Amino acid sequence: MSVLSHTPGFVGTTGPFKLTFLLVLIPAVSAAVLLLGGRRTNKWGHLLGCAAPLASFVIGLALFLDLFRKSDQDRQVDQHLFSWIPAGSFHVDVSLLFDPLTAVFVLLITGVGSLIHIYSIGYMAHDPDRRRFFGQLNLFVASMLLLVLADNFLLLYVGWEGVGLASYLLIGFWSYKPSAAVAAKKAFLVNRVGDLGLSLAIMLMFTTFGSVSFNDLFYGGGLRTAHGGTLTAIGLLLLLGACGKSAQFPLQSWLLDAMEGPTPVSALIHAATMVTAGVYLIARSHPIYDISSDARVLVEIVGAVTLVMGAIIGCAYDDIKKVLAASTMSQIGYMMLAVGLGPGAYAIGILHLLTHGFFKANMFLGAGSVMHGMNDEVNMRRYGGLRKVMPVTFWTFAAGYLAIIGFPLTSGFFSKDKIIEAALDKGGPEGWILGIVALVGAGLTAFYMSRLMIMTFFGNRRWAKDVHPHESPSVMTGPMALLAVGSLVAGGLMVLGASLQHFLTPSVGKSVEEGVHTIAPAVLTALTLIVIAGGAAAAWWLVGRKPVPVEQPLNVTPVTWAARRSLYGDALNESVFMRPGAYLTRALVFFDGRGVDGAVNGFAALVGGTSARVRRTQTGFARSYALSMLGGAMVVLAVLMIARVG
Amino acid sequence: MSPDYYLYLSAVLFTIGALGVLIRRNAIVVFMCVELMLNAVNLSLVTFSRIDGNLDGQIIAFFVMVVAAAEVVIGLAIIMSIFRSRRSTSVDDANLLKY
Repeated sequence: MSVLSHTPGFVGTTGPFKLTFLLVLIPAVSAAVLLLGGRRTNKWGHLLGCAAPLASFVIGLALFLDLFRKSDQDRQVDQHLFSWIPAGSFHVDVSLLFDPLTAVFVLLITGVGSLIHIYSIGYMAHDPDRRRFFGQLNLFVASMLLLVLADNFLLLYVGWEGVGLASYLLIGFWSYKPSAAVAAKKAFLVNRVGDLGLSLAIMLMFTTFGSVSFNDLFYGGGLRTAHGGTLTAIGLLLLLGACGKSAQFPLQSWLLDAMEGPTPVSALIHAATMVTAGVYLIARSHPIYDISSDARVLVEIVGAVTLVMGAIIGCAYDDIKKVLAASTMSQIGYMMLAVGLGPGAYAIGILHLLTHGFFKANMFLGAGSVMHGMNDEVNMRRYGGLRKVMPVTFWTFAAGYLAIIGFPLTSGFFSKDKIIEAALDKGGPEGWILGIVALVGAGLTAFYMSRLMIMTFFGNRRWAKDVHPHESPSVMTGPMALLAVGSLVAGGLMVLGASLQHFLTPSVGKSVEEGVHTIAPAVLTALTLIVIAGGAAAAWWLVGRKPVPVEQPLNVTPVTWAARRSLYGDALNESVFMRPGAYLTRALVFFDGRGVDGAVNGFAALVGGTSARVRRTQTGFARSYALSMLGGAMVVLAVLMIARVG
Repeated sequence: MSPDYYLYLSAVLFTIGALGVLIRRNAIVVFMCVELMLNAVNLSLVTFSRIDGNLDGQIIAFFVMVVAAAEVVIGLAIIMSIFRSRRSTSVDDANLLKY
């Protein structure tokens, strides 16, 4: 494409970009080999399982560097693979789009993914099904890459369902545990609700615009002429899809249960990558949200509500993984809030997504390492004083901790600060409410993460008798160390000279200009740091000052009580959806049994009973039949004669 | 001679035949009574043909005879085979085909 031509759009593949398809193909083939190969692949399955995402990472890195050198207009490279559904005017291709947004996702998925794969070698070393585990992880990586590489919504949907399937399989990996099987089913069902939203959005796009490809939709001009209500409807349906996948209110309840899966799964799927697919979807569909402000405001509200909900839930749980899961919900709430802020803030949401990918994966792996050393104990009241026994885990975890609470110059500091700033800069009551919510969320984050740190690594040792904590092998601590480094410095690198925001411009539009600030950035940063310090101090005051009771105290405030039940998310689902559904089913079964079946069975019984009596006349005596015939003939004759005479 | 007498005779023959069919148990006799009824009807057909002065009734009578001949063939065959298997020609004995 000529530099002079400023028509936005996608450019064809040249040079190394012809290899884009390998990104998806390599893990997909590896997954097929591992899942279909059976026991023969047991010996080297985990090595192949690690090699596949690593190969994708190398290719992804090469493509990323190539993309980085290109000018803005050429940064959306589209590789056409084949025609998928050519049906009259409806045309869907299997094409892969490699643009800045995709590039950062590809690096996150394959980079963090590779580290987690390597970690899993150690974590799953004693599991007889390790090979299957790696096969399913590779299936996940392939699906997730397809999701972010798709250049139309239908192909994206394939990846979307693929990650849902992989998530289901991996949550229920230890399906002999009833709790894991139930959690997998729950995750799948709640995700179906969201998927329904996404599929309806795709159908609506097709009926409205006649196409589902990003190029036609976003650069075809159809958006500007479309009816506002239709766009809002599409935006809301996409948001429903995003809520399901990203565990946002009101579809958040599955994520806490999803912690039944192996910890590397929680790190990869339920922290770093899959759950952020909703944010990706919103950022990818930004031209729709740019126009429809109603849909955008709802994205903000969903983000803000989940942000606070997740943080409150995180303050009350004693299960280390569930605290981290609640924290994930809360942090994704931040991202949703950021992408909901509209033009200019998308890049900030993606920035937080990337930094979160590092520090949350890091902390999940740390939690896995702690569990590994503690006989799979997850109750933090049974931890304590692990700092001395597991120094590497402690220090890497501490790096993630500093990043998530937003300690100055760590990753989270840059990304979260920017979200709070962008929310406040929105101005008006909207900006104030969202900004304060985000600020309060930062305080709560500091509180629950400090609580987690204190309960796990400090204080008295509250271990069960037969537990002998030990540091994990280097195959596990290595990835943790790398992620810890990422947690500390990645954010800084990405905001250095606003490089990420400039890089993402072709995908999500120009970033917010330095304009009027509601509160001066320096003051806001100071304020944020004070709130964070306050949260951490509160955690020390409430948890760290005195020994942590091994049993969960029962005389607690109603808020704690509610938070321990995940703010009644399950109860809400149960009373709003499950109970009425069950009643409806029961009523329908009753109607079917008594009404429909009753009528049919009653009629059948009537016919049967009558025939049972009538068939008694079939005596088998020919002479009695002859008599009836004679009688009948006489009657006919009599009637005829009477008719004649009368 | 008034043709009414033929009709009376026909009615008497028909009644005898019908009663025979209803009362007698022997299949052969029942069969003969059926023939009697048929021929009573033939007689009335021919009589009416005579009364009306056209040949329609007589033609129908011929048809009846042909049908009767065919019926005899089949009926006797059935009676023969029932007799072979059950050693009886009583119509009341052949009562398996019932409710």
